[in-house]
Amino acid sequence: MLAPYLLILPGGLWLLLFFVIPMVTMLSLSLQQGDIVSGYVFTGHWQTYVDAVVNYRTQLVRSLIYGAVTTVILIVLAFPVSYWIAFYGGRRKPTYLFLLLLPFFVSFVLRTISWRYILTDEGMLLGPLKSAGLLPDGFNILGTPVAVIGGLVYNFLPFMVLPIYVALERIDPRVVEAARDLYADPATAFRKVILPLALPGVFAGVLMTFVPASSDYVNSAVLGSSSTTMIGQVIQSQYLTSSNYPTASALSFTLMAVLLVGVFAYARALGTEDVMKVAAR
Amino acid sequence: MTQVVEEAPAVAPRRSRLTGGRALSIYSWLIIAWLMLPVLIMILFGFNDTPGRYNQTWEGFTLKWYGRVFALDELTKALVISLVVAVLTAVFAGALGTGIGYALGRYRFRGSGTVNLIMFATMSSPELVMGASLLTLFVSLGVGLGATTITIAHIMFSISFVAVVVRARVLTLDRSVEEAAADLGANPWTTFWRITFPIIMPAVMSGMLLAFALSIDDFVVSNFTAGTTTTFPLWIWGATRVGLPPQVNVMGTLIFVGGVLIAVVSSVRSRPRKNS
Repeated sequence: MLAPYLLILPGGLWLLLFFVIPMVTMLSLSLQQGDIVSGYVFTGHWQTYVDAVVNYRTQLVRSLIYGAVTTVILIVLAFPVSYWIAFYGGRRKPTYLFLLLLPFFVSFVLRTISWRYILTDEGMLLGPLKSAGLLPDGFNILGTPVAVIGGLVYNFLPFMVLPIYVALERIDPRVVEAARDLYADPATAFRKVILPLALPGVFAGVLMTFVPASSDYVNSAVLGSSSTTMIGQVIQSQYLTSSNYPTASALSFTLMAVLLVGVFAYARALGTEDVMKVAAR
Repeated sequence: MTQVVEEAPAVAPRRSRLTGGRALSIYSWLIIAWLMLPVLIMILFGFNDTPGRYNQTWEGFTLKWYGRVFALDELTKALVISLVVAVLTAVFAGALGTGIGYALGRYRFRGSGTVNLIMFATMSSPELVMGASLLTLFVSLGVGLGATTITIAHIMFSISFVAVVVRARVLTLDRSVEEAAADLGANPWTTFWRITFPIIMPAVMSGMLLAFALSIDDFVVSNFTAGTTTTFPLWIWGATRVGLPPQVNVMGTLIFVGGVLIAVVSSVRSRPRKNS
């Protein structure tokens, strides 16, 4: 009877020490006042939250909008790919999935910087187009929301394709045949049978992309400009450059609260186990 | 590439499957090409005969950077740190995650819901927040940041992924094989090591590979827990402003090729077991 607890103990302790306790420490630090030299004292100063959110509301809202836009674009881009692999992949399904995951063998930072080189103002993409007179000289992509959202879409696409694929792959072809036998035309069969069965996959995909996309700071730092600053960049520089720990902690907690409330609402609506199963595949 | 659409589709009716299937196929290959574009650019510029650090315009083909791949001491050191951290992460997260995954797959017990919840939270929390909270812990404890804190953090976020992979395998395990071993007089310890462990071993291995991959590619959590230590992705990040030397492209290419080879070999080796 003790066996499962003994098995869980080492890993569970690790997660407790380095996941749960840090979260509590961060929550506590966000309510402390002081500075890094003279130390911090717990004062329950929740005004830090108000100030942080008021001061950085632009970046916070922008991040949520970029995250949401990215997620919507991802669903639209990923669905046909998942559909193709699931219904037309045949024996090559594993190969196609492998091709989709291929870019992950290159560091995330390196791939994003590679996009920066491709998209620079006189670079390998825009340079020739400009000298051919197809684009005006002042045209630029880098530093715009298009570049940042494009980078986010690029980096998270496989995380949307995979869960939708898993959901579609599970559909019993006979169910669709039954719909066709009952005189549903292809569009109706798609709308009434395939789409509802694919929805759990779409939800899982949203979970796996919205959170990391909204809290990302690599894409906005590498591909963006000061007008595309996301909340992740603010948190990163508050921690690592200004060492303003209470404000940084308050911002992190606000971000996490906003994102996780959404995630758990999703998980609740679908049943945690189900979401985890789809997400884990 | 044209062979792709000849596979019999399971669903679409006969007439629309040629046109619809072909359109989907072209679209999907375009997406795959788009995903590969920056990778190909990275590989290509590892062969660029550029005079110095500026490596953004094509100057001609050369292999010289492959000969000088370890010429930048700081970069080489960063790569070594990344590899050591990733190996340690794979080993420790492999062991700890296997324990959790096995317990969750095999036993029903009080508290399993809490364990599931914490695992779900570690997998869905923003990396930024995990990194930041670890930084606040280490700062409040006065722990110096470096390779050790990076490894601690990487093990933390990898455990759940290993556990999920192992749990899936344990859940599909045929208990009657173990019962047969027990009937033949094997004690539980022998049964585990001679029967159960070999069966779940592939899952443990793929969990460890996953942990290795998550660790070596990690930027965000490392960024918060590294202090002045640099891993490979952190070095690249720091060098972005001054321009990436071609050695980065070469190392990126070698890691890419190595990773692809390992993945292909391990998938070929595990192919016979179809129903897992």
